[in-house]
Amino acid sequence: MSTTQVTAGPVAIKPRGRWRAFTERESLTGLAFVSPFIIGFIVFSAIPMLASLVLSLTDFDPREPDQVRFIGLDNYAQMLSDPVLHQSLGVTVRFALLVVPLTLAFALGVAMLVNSKLLAGRTVFRTLFYMPMQIPIVASTIVWIGVLHATTGWLNYALEGVGIPGPNWLQSTFWVGPALGLMGLWGIGNMMLIFLAGLQSVPTELYDAAKVDGAGPWASFRNVTLPMISPVLFYNVIIALIAAFQYFTQAYVVSNGRGDPDRATLFFNLDLYREAFGFFHMGYASAMAWLLFVIVLGLTIVLFKTAGSWVFAGGER
Amino acid sequence: MRRFAAMSAVTLVAITIVSAFLMPLAYMVATAFKDSSQLTAVGAPLYPAAPEVFVYEGEELKVFDVPAPDGSVHAWALLEPHREDAVFIDPANADAGPIAWVGRWRTLQQHWGFSLKVDNFTAAWETIDFPRLFMNSFGIAGLSTLGAVLSAICVAYGFSRFRFPGRNGLFILMLATIILPFQVTLIPSYAVYLQLGWVGTWLPLIIPHFFSNAYNVFLLRQYFLTIPRELDEAAMIDGAGPFRILRSVIVPQAVPGIVAVTLFHFFWAWNEYFLPLIYLQGKPDLQPLAVGLARFNALYSQQPTLIQAAAIMAMLLPVVVFFFAQRAFMRGVVFGGVEK
Repeated sequence: MSTTQVTAGPVAIKPRGRWRAFTERESLTGLAFVSPFIIGFIVFSAIPMLASLVLSLTDFDPREPDQVRFIGLDNYAQMLSDPVLHQSLGVTVRFALLVVPLTLAFALGVAMLVNSKLLAGRTVFRTLFYMPMQIPIVASTIVWIGVLHATTGWLNYALEGVGIPGPNWLQSTFWVGPALGLMGLWGIGNMMLIFLAGLQSVPTELYDAAKVDGAGPWASFRNVTLPMISPVLFYNVIIALIAAFQYFTQAYVVSNGRGDPDRATLFFNLDLYREAFGFFHMGYASAMAWLLFVIVLGLTIVLFKTAGSWVFAGGER
Repeated sequence: MRRFAAMSAVTLVAITIVSAFLMPLAYMVATAFKDSSQLTAVGAPLYPAAPEVFVYEGEELKVFDVPAPDGSVHAWALLEPHREDAVFIDPANADAGPIAWVGRWRTLQQHWGFSLKVDNFTAAWETIDFPRLFMNSFGIAGLSTLGAVLSAICVAYGFSRFRFPGRNGLFILMLATIILPFQVTLIPSYAVYLQLGWVGTWLPLIIPHFFSNAYNVFLLRQYFLTIPRELDEAAMIDGAGPFRILRSVIVPQAVPGIVAVTLFHFFWAWNEYFLPLIYLQGKPDLQPLAVGLARFNALYSQQPTLIQAAAIMAMLLPVVVFFFAQRAFMRGVVFGGVEK
C-alpha cells in the first residue's frame, strides 16, 4: 500500500484508519463506476444461479413452462443411475487427465525453447507458436479433421512415411481422445506466454549459483526453474482444468453434435447441451450444470489447498 | 564458433517443431486449391496439381513419368499405346519426333503439373453466403465489444481509483466469476430470454457484455494502477470531475491496455460458438461465421476442398489482424495473466 503525501485536494485529508478512509462522496462515485459489474453480477450471475438451482428441482420444459412440477431431488437421483451421464463424465475426466498434462508440458517446453538465448529470431517463433490460438475453433477443428483423415490426411501420410500404419483417428473410440489432444496443442498460446513471463522473471544468478554447485541442465530445471515458475504453473493448471471441463466446440464439430464414435466424444458439456436443447430436459440439465459447478469448484479448492506444498511464493507477499 | 554451432542446432530444432506444428495450415491451403479428384488419386502430389496433357497435332495426349533405360525419368506424352511397348513424344522437344519405349505403359504414373483451382473459394463463398455470415459476425462481435470495453473501462476505473466499503470483497467476487461455469446460468437465462422474445435475435449475445466481464476489468485495472495518481490529482485540482479525469487522463494513458482488451474481446466474440449456436438456432440469416461454418462442415463433409476453402475465409480476418497487432495481443496476455 502506498501512502500518499499529497498536500492538496480531497484525497489528502483522509484519516489513516482503513475503514474511516472512505468519504461518502468518493464511495458513491466508486460504487457508481463499479455498478455495471454489480448489476451484471446480480442479473446475469446471482439470480440465474439461484434460478438454476431451483430449476434443478423441477421437470422444467421451456415448450410447456406452465406445466412445470417440483420433483425434489429426482434429477439428482437420476444422475446417479444415468449411464449416458456416467459415460460423458468418464470421457471428460479421461480427456482432462490426458490433455492437461500434455498441453502444460508442451507449452512449457515451447516457452523454454522460445526463451532460449540460443534461438535466432525468438519473436518470430513466439508469434508462430501463438498464432493458431487466433484461429476460430470451428475453423481449426475443420482443418484438423482433414489432417487426421484416415486415408487422405497428412498425419497418416507422415506416419506411413516412417513405416507406421496410422489409425483411423476420428472414427476409433480409442484414438479419438489422443486426436483431440493433438488438436488441443494449437491452443497453447496463452499458456506459453504466461510460462514465458514466468521464465523471464527467474533471476539469472540462481542459474549461475546452480552451475557453481555442479548442477546439470536437468538438475537446474528441476531445482531452479520449476520452483521459481510454480506460481504461473499453478495459474495455468487451474485455467487448463476449467477449460477441459468446459470442452464443447471441438467435440461438437468433430461429431456433428452426436458424440460419435460410440459416444467417445460425448463430453459432459455436449451431453448437457443435448439434454437441454435437444430433448428440452432443462430441469435435468440444470442439475447437470450444478454437478459441473461443484466439480470445478472442488478441483479449484483442492488445488488452492495443496498449493502451499508445491507453489513457491518467493519474495512476493 | 561453438556458440554459433549451438545456435544453429537450437534454431534448426525450433524450425522443425514449428513446421510440424503448423503443418495443418499447409494441408488446409493445399487442399483448398485442389480439385477434389486429386485427393483420392494414386500418386498425386501433396501440392495442388492436375494431370498434365500435351496437345500434339490437334490431339490431347496424357503425359506420363517414363523411366528411360539410363535410369532417368522423363515427362513424356503418350502417342501410341501398345501392350508391351509404346511410342512417346517429348513435349519439351516435340520436333525431335516420336520416341519408342519398351515396357507396359499402364504401369506408368501420370505426370502431375502444378495447378491451382480457385473455384473452391467461389463455390464456398456462394454456398455459405459468406458476405452475410461475415457481416453477422462483425455486427455481433462489434456491438458486444463496444459494450464490453466501455463497461470494463468504467468498472476498472471504479476499482482502481476509488475507495468504498466492500471494494476488495467485490473485486474477489468478480474474479471468482471466472471459475463459474457458464452452464450454471445458461438455462434460466435461456428461459428468460425466451420469455422476452430475445431468442432468435442478437440481443442475448450482446446485452450481457454491457455489464463488464472479469478478464477485461482485471486487465484494465492492472493497467490503470500503473498510471501515476499525481496525474488524476493535478486534473482534480484543475476542477475536473471523475468522468473528466477518466476521459482526459486515464483513457489516453491506457490506450495500449484498451486496445488489447478490444482485440481480445472482439476475436473472442468472433470465435464464440456455443451461445450463437443455441440462441440463433434455425435463424441462418442471423448466424455468425462460426455457426455457419460448422453447419457447412456437417452438410459438405464429403467435399474437403470446399470446406477447407471456407475455413480459410473464416480465419482470414482474425489471423491477419493478429499479425498486424501481435504485440498488443501478446502483451495483453502477460499483463492480465501473471500479475495476480
